Amino acid sequence: MTTTVAAPAAATPAATEAKVRRSWTQHGLLFVAPFLLIYVAFLVWPTVQGLRMSMSSVNIAGTNDTLVGFDNYAEAFADPRMWRSLWNTVVFTVLSTVPLVLLGLGFALLVHHLRFVQWLWRLSFFGPFLLPSAVVSILWLQMIYPPDYGLINGTLGTEFTWLTDPSTSMFSVVLTTVWWTVGFNFLLYLAALQSIPQHLYEAAAIDGASAWDKMRSITLPLLGRTTALIVVLQLLASLKVFDQIYLMTGGGPEDSTRPIIEYAYDMGFTGYRIGYASAVSYILFAIIVIVSLAQLRLFRKRAEGSS
Amino acid sequence: MQDPPKVTRRSLLGGSLALVGAAAAGCAIPVGLGSAQTRVQYWHFLGASDGIIMNQMVSAFAKDNPNIFVEENVLAWGEPYYTKIAMAGSGGRSPDLATFHLARLAGIGAGAILDPINVKLLEEAGLRAADFSPPIWERAQLDGVLYAIPFDAHPMVLYYNTDICGKAGLLGSDGKLLPTRNQDELLAMLRKVKETLGGKPPLVFDALGLGTVGPWRVWYSLYAQSGGTLLADDGVTITIDDQKALQALRLMAQLGQEGLCDPRTDYGASVASFTNGQSAFLWNGDWETTGLKERKTPFSMTRFPSVFGTGAAQADCHAFVLPHQRFRDPEVERATYRFIAYLIKNSADWAVAGHVPAYLPALEEPDYLALQPQSEYRSVITEVALDPQVWFTGSASRMWIEFGEAFSPVISAERTPEDGLAAAKASLNRLLSAPNPFPDQER
Repeated sequence: MTTTVAAPAAATPAATEAKVRRSWTQHGLLFVAPFLLIYVAFLVWPTVQGLRMSMSSVNIAGTNDTLVGFDNYAEAFADPRMWRSLWNTVVFTVLSTVPLVLLGLGFALLVHHLRFVQWLWRLSFFGPFLLPSAVVSILWLQMIYPPDYGLINGTLGTEFTWLTDPSTSMFSVVLTTVWWTVGFNFLLYLAALQSIPQHLYEAAAIDGASAWDKMRSITLPLLGRTTALIVVLQLLASLKVFDQIYLMTGGGPEDSTRPIIEYAYDMGFTGYRIGYASAVSYILFAIIVIVSLAQLRLFRKRAEGSS
Repeated sequence: MQDPPKVTRRSLLGGSLALVGAAAAGCAIPVGLGSAQTRVQYWHFLGASDGIIMNQMVSAFAKDNPNIFVEENVLAWGEPYYTKIAMAGSGGRSPDLATFHLARLAGIGAGAILDPINVKLLEEAGLRAADFSPPIWERAQLDGVLYAIPFDAHPMVLYYNTDICGKAGLLGSDGKLLPTRNQDELLAMLRKVKETLGGKPPLVFDALGLGTVGPWRVWYSLYAQSGGTLLADDGVTITIDDQKALQALRLMAQLGQEGLCDPRTDYGASVASFTNGQSAFLWNGDWETTGLKERKTPFSMTRFPSVFGTGAAQADCHAFVLPHQRFRDPEVERATYRFIAYLIKNSADWAVAGHVPAYLPALEEPDYLALQPQSEYRSVITEVALDPQVWFTGSASRMWIEFGEAFSPVISAERTPEDGLAAAKASLNRLLSAPNPFPDQER
């Protein structure tokens, strides 16, 4: 009992403030507790659990659960099909992101300058995005791509096996994806275009700027932030592609379209090897984290440079 | 009615609400909330024309057993079905009964995802081991434990359009297709019909498409005829005979190149083409019979043509399994066995769907023998080419799909038979090198 007992704190204002702050903290915790609980139960815990599974040989029934260290990762890195599916994911991401950003911008500029029946243009570009992936996949699978009676072959008078020939399958899936999702980027660009102050163009016009000058010096720079956002969202969405490919080609023919998520799905749910599938998922997770961090740095640099 | 029904977990909810009503007295009242019926949840994948027959059998059972309600759930065939069974079984709250392919048994984790069959209850329901075709009964067991009750075998067969074949002069005096005993006879027959059809491909089968297994089925039928095997009994040594494998693949390639089969038909298109009389021959499993009859296609069926020696044909067997349940309700369990016994004892009805019953007494029944054309190919049952018993085989298994993908481009001439075989072997090696998710010691 050598410490001095503090005097009753009630009188000092600093103590009151501390008390208020503490009670706020307590109340705040109480308020976020439900969210925290759900967050821990459905995100943190499964993430940790998944990491543990990725180092075990557990199967879909939860049996055969022995720790095998990094064996699954070693197997995955030596697995040509893992690399093939990873490569497919990269190819899909590049092939889809570029047109999705450029076409989104192009359509937005077009609609922005078309001054009549704007709702119709907006609807026609955005419409497909409203459809569920299953509807889009079946539509293209059953009506547009079939070799004998599909819309494309019927129109061109050809007999291409769009989805079952390994040389065209990825292109066909990308085409469907672009048709389906370009509307979202289009909408973001359109909103950004409409928020550019009109007086900038008026001032530029007075200075004698041509249409191309206005585009290069006003429109495109002011769309920069939107472009950055769209590229980030698009890259992440494309890296996580699964449903339309699963429904249209099942990853085939000959693995030519199988993305890494489907590979993890196939290994885990149809191959029953949950441990190995977890390892494959973690490899994708690591890649997404790296891509996100790289983009974050890139944008931070750009923001610093411009200020 | 026998004993008054015991209160079970399942009927408690409904039963307690209906206590005021008739349930307490043990009478059956209409299905729904407050029903005293025992509910048996039944999953199956019989979505082709055999699904119609299964539905009729379920209805017939319901009529005979008003106190049992069989809730029939038809799920999509193939990989997704087995994924669902695995998920349901691993959760332990699965349906009471499910259909299954026997060749998948080795790979599903029997003991973990499937529960063993209660042989005592089976006998109570009136079924004994001696009633079943011995090789098939054997395949229903793993390490001496019974995990499935065999229902039928369904081999690849040859469907033929009797009108077109008659025009081409290929029918014997009995109206049946003249047999072909080797490759040359088969090709000659197809060429003749091609002429009759004005140059259109006479033969169709499931040759390409999403997850197609048709090329595997055809190849395995042909390959097995020359005595070829995939794996040794140890389940790890590849025993593919290149010469025999290529011989079968070359025939498939020739069919495509010569326009004797249509390399661009998927499953649905092949059945449609045959149904509409656009082609004269269909190679498929035996399960399209009902649909073809309903659509009045003039057809008959016979065994898959014998080309390279024996008359072997690729086949698998339908069976019933009990997906794993953490708590199995004894009353529901008894009702389940009663339902299984009903289906199996009425195998002659099931044979209408095209399948060859695994229940031996049914094969002797005059009803079955009178079935046309179903009884035409029943002799194949001794020559069925079943999958090797390893974890990655069976209907819609990875091996089937990967072999299908390897051979499909051979038929359309986009790949040489040699490359096709190399791709298939690479798949098999990959499958062999991956660890079995359900190792033996677990059972």
